[in-house]
Amino acid sequence: MYPDERVAQFINRNFVSIKTHIKENKEAFGRFGAQWTPTLIVLDSEGKEQYRFEGYLPPEDFLAQLEMGLARSAFERGGFPEAERRYREIAQKYPKSEVAAEALYWAGVSKYKATNDPAPLKQADRELKERYPESSWAKKASVWGG
Amino acid sequence: MAVQWRKDIDGGLADARAQKKPVLLDFSAAPM
Repeated sequence: MYPDERVAQFINRNFVSIKTHIKENKEAFGRFGAQWTPTLIVLDSEGKEQYRFEGYLPPEDFLAQLEMGLARSAFERGGFPEAERRYREIAQKYPKSEVAAEALYWAGVSKYKATNDPAPLKQADRELKERYPESSWAKKASVWGG
Repeated sequence: MAVQWRKDIDGGLADARAQKKPVLLDFSAAPM
């Protein structure tokens, strides 16, 4: 995925990127609990883990995961409007990716956290039932009763 | 364009604090 121009540009623009090799730095694998390669971890600038994914992915799915990491970072620092925007963009840009349904779920949660209004949760439930009825995220949102 | 990878984790974290950017940490077994 790294030879892909879009992936390289996205990483250079949005992250400080660090690569560590199992033969060169086994200690780091233990420090961060990496049990498999590739493991990608998004950390905040204080080193706190925000998001993790494992295994090779083609560029489009890899980009979707990177964007999930940025959205989660915004969510974790309480930037709920930014998190909602990022999650919505992921669902729009990568509708067929594995994370699209998860992004819709968290877009609803982010808007709820920003507003204390439960309507976005109901909207997320409706959207998930309509677009990704078989996903686990539709099941998780069903309790919101949209 | 290539990804501008660093190898030094703690140095990368210091850069991230300075640049106010998140870190992408890639654990790899592929040839470097």
